[in-house]
Amino acid sequence: MNKMVGVLAMQGAYQKHIDMLQACGARAKMVRYARELDGCDALIIPGGESTTISLLLQKSALYEPLRSFAQTHPVMGACAGMIMMAEAVDDARVTPLGIMPFRALRNHYGRQVHSFVTDISLNFDEGRPFPAVFIRAPGVEKLSADINVLAEYKGEPVMLEKDGHLALSFHPELTDDKRIHAWWLKHIHLGTL
Amino acid sequence: MTDLTETENTFTVKVGLAEMLKGGAIMDVTNAEQAKIAEDAGACAVMALERIPSDIRRDGGVARMSSPDMIEEIQKTVSIPVMAKCRIGHFAEAQVLEALEVDFIDESEVLTPADDVNHVYKHDFKVPFVCGATNLGEALRRIGEGAAMMRTKGEAGSGNIVEAVRHMRALQDEMRRLTTMGKEQLMAVAKDHGAPYDLVCYVAEHGKLPVPNFSAGGIATPADAALVRQLGAEAVFVGSGIFKSEDPAARAAAIVKATTHYDDPAVLLEVSRGLQGGMKGLEMSEIPEEERLAVRGW
Repeated sequence: MNKMVGVLAMQGAYQKHIDMLQACGARAKMVRYARELDGCDALIIPGGESTTISLLLQKSALYEPLRSFAQTHPVMGACAGMIMMAEAVDDARVTPLGIMPFRALRNHYGRQVHSFVTDISLNFDEGRPFPAVFIRAPGVEKLSADINVLAEYKGEPVMLEKDGHLALSFHPELTDDKRIHAWWLKHIHLGTL
Repeated sequence: MTDLTETENTFTVKVGLAEMLKGGAIMDVTNAEQAKIAEDAGACAVMALERIPSDIRRDGGVARMSSPDMIEEIQKTVSIPVMAKCRIGHFAEAQVLEALEVDFIDESEVLTPADDVNHVYKHDFKVPFVCGATNLGEALRRIGEGAAMMRTKGEAGSGNIVEAVRHMRALQDEMRRLTTMGKEQLMAVAKDHGAPYDLVCYVAEHGKLPVPNFSAGGIATPADAALVRQLGAEAVFVGSGIFKSEDPAARAAAIVKATTHYDDPAVLLEVSRGLQGGMKGLEMSEIPEEERLAVRGW
């Protein structure tokens, strides 16, 4: 398998995603410059601080290259990565990429003392709960009916899919459970697990 | 059993925030205006404190936890995580900071220690802690007490990178040495380092700490940030170096970019251009032994 998944490495938990992708049998590399998107079949935008990532993307002239990449390739974003994938954000300090039709609500689940781990149900594997790690996590408001909710927490969507793009409020890379990365790779025809 | 799972989950969430700060710059700020400058420059978190280390050093006296009002003002101003410092061993200050819902507590040698034998038992708290270390034994003792992130100490408020380099090299060398040892040697290592045996075994197996390790104490330029990143720091704390310089906003932005592109000399050159004077800094021989902060911690 020669497919390559890029992981945006401006700031945040990029190494954890690379480790997870490799554990799923995929190839992975860091992306810090537009030229490094060449040869990538998909991209992950990791968690971190969305204000920091947004600023670094502007300074590195990565907005347009990432937007056009997302028109033809699948993108996954977790936490701050989810915020960056949104069409709109409830905070002017972050300029999102507009990859998926939802509005991101920054720090929806509160400050760090309110961060938590909880079992959620994935609609592609309902029998086995997934340990979802929420860290100063964002919430979402769907802006289109044409978007699939793959998991909810207390009736609110926390995992969304559309056309191969995947956005998560929580951090699948911080557990030992590979199911979400493996499902996504298979869903976008890159994975074997 | 339930309690154990609860503790494990809490620790996962604490270390999780430390993971999110990787590759970033955490900046000391003393008011809301500085916090805004730091956030606008791309800081991934701010450390709220009343006096930056170089002023604490200059003023002398007892340095304590910052006033809750001042920390709260900063929390209202920025959206990034807000950290604050408590004195070594001062668990009541830590309780106040937790009630204030700061995102990280730095049990810091920069403040005057409250306990000259014990540190805070950090597993008791929901808020994560970062602690300083100058060597592997000290780092593993702090992690044993529940620290979710380590930082090598350097010499805070010095504007001199030499101690940060010394501590990062010492830590990395000691970890590398452990990976070459036989299992039968590890108990003796634990005894020599005064470190928990299970954590010594973890380092021997993985070649790194079980929590993220950042660098602090003396970073004043983009090249300083790049240097400690190349030596193994996963992110940087910048204290007096920014707001004691002549161009805080530009310097802060340059250090953020240098932290991301730490291994790209072309970017380091670009961000190093055009900066005004950096903080003056101190030669280590100018700091009397009894005034050195890095020796605080047991």
